[in-house]
Amino acid sequence: MSAFAGTGRLTRLVLRRDRVRLGIWLIGTPLLGYALAASVSGVYPDDAARHGYATTSASSLVARAFNGPIAGADLGAVVVAETYVTLAVTVALLSTFAVVRHTRQNEETGRAELLGASVVGRYALLTAALLVVVGVNVLSAALLALALAGTGLPVAGCVAAAAAIGGVGLAFTGVAAVTAQITVTSRGANALAAASVGLAFLLRAAGDVFGDVNADGTRVDSAWPSWLSPLGWGNQVRAFGGEQWWTLALPVALLVVAVAVAYALAERRDLGAGLVAPRRGPARAPASLLSPAGLAWRLQRGALLGWAVGVGVVGFCMGVAADEFNTMIAENPAAAEAIAAMGGGANLVDAYLAAMLALFALTIGAYVVQALLRVRADESDGILEAVLATAVSRGRWLGTQVAAAVLGALALLLLAGATTGLGYGIVSGDVLGETVVLGGAAALRLPALLVVAGVVTALFGLLPRWSVVLSWTALLAFLLLGQLGAVLDLPQAALDVSPFTHVPSVPAVDPTVLPLAVLVAVAAVLVAAGVAAFRHRDVPS
Amino acid sequence: MAVIAIDNLVKTFGAVRALDGLDLRVEPGEVHGFLGPNGAGKSTTIRILLGLLRRDSGEVRVLGADPWRDAVRLHRRLAYVPGDVSLWPNLSGGEAIDLFGQLRGGLDRRRRDELLERFDLDPTRTCRTYSKGNRQKVAIVAAFASDVELYVLDEPTSGLDPLMEAVFQDEVRRIKREGGTVLLSSHVLAEVEALCDRVSIIREGRSVESGTLAELRHLTRTAVTVETARPLTGLEALPGVHAVRDVDGRTHLEVEPAHLDELLGHLVRFGVRALTSAPPTLEELFLRHYGADAADGHATAGAASSESRAALR
Repeated sequence: MSAFAGTGRLTRLVLRRDRVRLGIWLIGTPLLGYALAASVSGVYPDDAARHGYATTSASSLVARAFNGPIAGADLGAVVVAETYVTLAVTVALLSTFAVVRHTRQNEETGRAELLGASVVGRYALLTAALLVVVGVNVLSAALLALALAGTGLPVAGCVAAAAAIGGVGLAFTGVAAVTAQITVTSRGANALAAASVGLAFLLRAAGDVFGDVNADGTRVDSAWPSWLSPLGWGNQVRAFGGEQWWTLALPVALLVVAVAVAYALAERRDLGAGLVAPRRGPARAPASLLSPAGLAWRLQRGALLGWAVGVGVVGFCMGVAADEFNTMIAENPAAAEAIAAMGGGANLVDAYLAAMLALFALTIGAYVVQALLRVRADESDGILEAVLATAVSRGRWLGTQVAAAVLGALALLLLAGATTGLGYGIVSGDVLGETVVLGGAAALRLPALLVVAGVVTALFGLLPRWSVVLSWTALLAFLLLGQLGAVLDLPQAALDVSPFTHVPSVPAVDPTVLPLAVLVAVAAVLVAAGVAAFRHRDVPS
Repeated sequence: MAVIAIDNLVKTFGAVRALDGLDLRVEPGEVHGFLGPNGAGKSTTIRILLGLLRRDSGEVRVLGADPWRDAVRLHRRLAYVPGDVSLWPNLSGGEAIDLFGQLRGGLDRRRRDELLERFDLDPTRTCRTYSKGNRQKVAIVAAFASDVELYVLDEPTSGLDPLMEAVFQDEVRRIKREGGTVLLSSHVLAEVEALCDRVSIIREGRSVESGTLAELRHLTRTAVTVETARPLTGLEALPGVHAVRDVDGRTHLEVEPAHLDELLGHLVRFGVRALTSAPPTLEELFLRHYGADAADGHATAGAASSESRAALR
C-alpha cells in the first residue's frame, strides 16, 4: 500500500490549511438550512397557505425549474422546495473547489512536487483531499439533519433531506476528483466541475418542467432527465413525501466509480500533467488588444459573458413569473406585503418588477466590485508595476478600469431589464413595450452602481491594503440595508447610507431626476478622490 | 550629462530606512553594474527611477527629467525588466510582448521575431504555463525589441540557463554598440564582470563603492602563492602584506597592489621556484563589502564570507 503512504499526514495538513474554510462550511450550511426553514414556516403558517404554495409550485413551470419538483403540501415539503436547490448547489460548488484546491492546485503551484519527493505515495494527495471533503460532507449533513429537526419537522424527513444534500456533495466530490486529473490548471479543473454542476442543474430543471402533476395538484413526479442529474437525485429522495431511501445509493455509487476513475487516471499520468493539453494563443497580439482599454475588455469579457448569461436567464424567468405572481399573491397576503414593501407603489405587479430590478442592481454591484478590484490584484502580483513602467499614466490606467467596469455594469443592467421585460411581455402580450420600459427602468439604477465603483476606486487610491475587504464590506452593507432595513424598521438615516435607497423604484413609481443627479455627483467625487490619491502614492503599496 | 544622476537619495517605509543617502551616476553609453545583497535597496532605487515610488528627499534625474513628475514622457525613452515578472495568465506570450511594446510606444517587429528565435521562446503558449525563466524571457524580449535610450534591468537573468545567459549577454553588447545605456542590477558576478564598464556597490541603502572594475581592483589585494628554494623569512615586516600562511611547503599571502613591487624584490632573494598571482575577482570585492565589518580584520571577513556566499546564490 506504499501508493497511499503519508495519507494520514497529508490529511492533517489539509485540515490545518483549511480549518477556517471547512469550519465555516461545516457550521454554515446547517445554520443556513435552519434559518431558511424557520423563515419558511413563518411565511406559510397554516395548511391553507401551504396547500396554496404547493399547487402553485406544482403548476408553475418557473417554480419547477428553479425549486425542483414539490413533494407535497406538508410544511417539510415546502421547506425542501424553498431550500433544496440553494443548499445543494452551494454544497456541490464547495465540494468541487475543495477537492481541486488540494489536488490540482497543489500540482500547479509545485507544492505537490515538494511533497511527492518526500515519503508520500502516488495516491496520497488525492486520497487525503477526498477523505477530508467526504468527511465534511457527511458531518455537515448530520448537523443539517439535527438543525432541521430542531425546527420541529418530522425526523425521518429531516434525515432524508439532509442526506439528499450531503449526497449531492459526495457526487460532485467524485466529479471534481476526475476533473482535477484532466486539466493542467486548477482554474480549468474548477471550471469543468462547475460546468458539470450547471449541466446537472439544467438536466434536473428540464426533467422537472416536463414532469407530471398528481391528481390533487400538490406533487410533481419528474421526467427521466432529472434521473440523469446528481442534483435531481436529491429531489428523488422525496423527503417529507414518502421517502425513497434507495435513491441515496446513486450519489454514493457515482462517488465510488468516479474515485476509481480518478485513481486510474492518476496512475497513468505524470505529476503536473493533464489529459488535455493547455490551449495555445496567437503568436502576435491583435490590434484590438494593444491599449489599456483593449486590455481591460480582453480581461473582462469572459466574466462579463458569464454574468450576461446568468442575468439573461434569470431575468427572463422572473419576467415570465410576474404573471403567475398575481395568482400567488392572491393566496398569500404575507408575501404580497413583503413585495410591496420592497418595490413600493400601488400596482403589485409593478412593485414586483421594481423589486426584481432592485435585486438585479445589487447583484450587478457584485460585478462592479469584482471587476474593479482587479486593479488591486494587478498591483499585488506585480503586473501593475510593469504596466506603469511603460508610457501609460496612472490616471489613464485607473480611469480605463473604472470606465470598463461601469460600461459592463450598464450592459448587464440593460440586459437584466430587457430580458425581464421580454419574459413579462410574452405573458402579458406587449413584448416590445415591456422590453423597452423595463430596460430603461433598469438603466436608471446605474447611478447607484457608479457610487459603488466610486467607493472601490477611492478605497484603492487611499487604503490599497484594505481595499478588497472594505469594498466587499460596503457592498454587503448596502445589500443588508436594502433587504433588511425596512423589515427591521431601521431609521431613515441608516437606510440613506446605501446608494440603492435613493434610486427611484421604477416602474412602481415615476422616475425623478434629483436623486440620480446627486448620486452621479457623489460617484464623481469618489472616483476623482481615488484617482488623485492613486497618482500620489507609492506603487506597489 | 549623466543618464542617471542620484544624489543623497532617502526613502523610508514606516520605520525602515530602505535608502539612506544613496548616490549613483550612470553615464551615456555605458553598461553599469548595480550590485548589492538582498535587501540592500536595489529594487527600491529602480522603482524610484521609474517613478513608481516617491522619494522622501534627495535629487533624482533620469535622462535629465524628474522620474516622479515626468514618468510617462520618460517611459517612452526607457525599457524595464523586473526581477520577478508576472504576466496576465490568459494572454499568450506573444500578446504580452506586443502589449508591453505598444504601451511603451511601439516595438521593432523584426527584432522581436529575431529575439523570440534567439531566446527559444514559444509565443503561442499562454503566460499561465510559462516557467519563471520563460516569463523573464517575455519581459526581456519586450524590452530589447523596443528602441529606447535606457534599459533598466533588475536581476533579469535569475531564471535563465547558461545558454540563454550567453544570448542575453550578446544582446546587451549589441545595445552598447548601438549607443544605448544599461543599468544592470545583478547577483551574478560573472555576468557583471563580462558586461559592465562600471559598477556601483550598495549596502544597507548606501553606496559603498563605485568605479570601473580596474579602479575597484586597486582597492583590494592580490593573492600570491610562492614556492622558494630557501625558507622564506621576514614577510611580516614588509608593508602591505597580509595573511601569510605556509601550506605544504608553499607560502600563501595577500598583498596590496601598491606594495607588489617591494614584495617581489624581497622574494627573489630566496630563489623563487614557482609563483602564481591572481587578480582579485569581483566576488572578492563583493565579499569585502558584505563580509560584515570586513575593515576590522581578516578573521571576521572570513567568518562572514560563508554567509555572504549563501546570499549570492
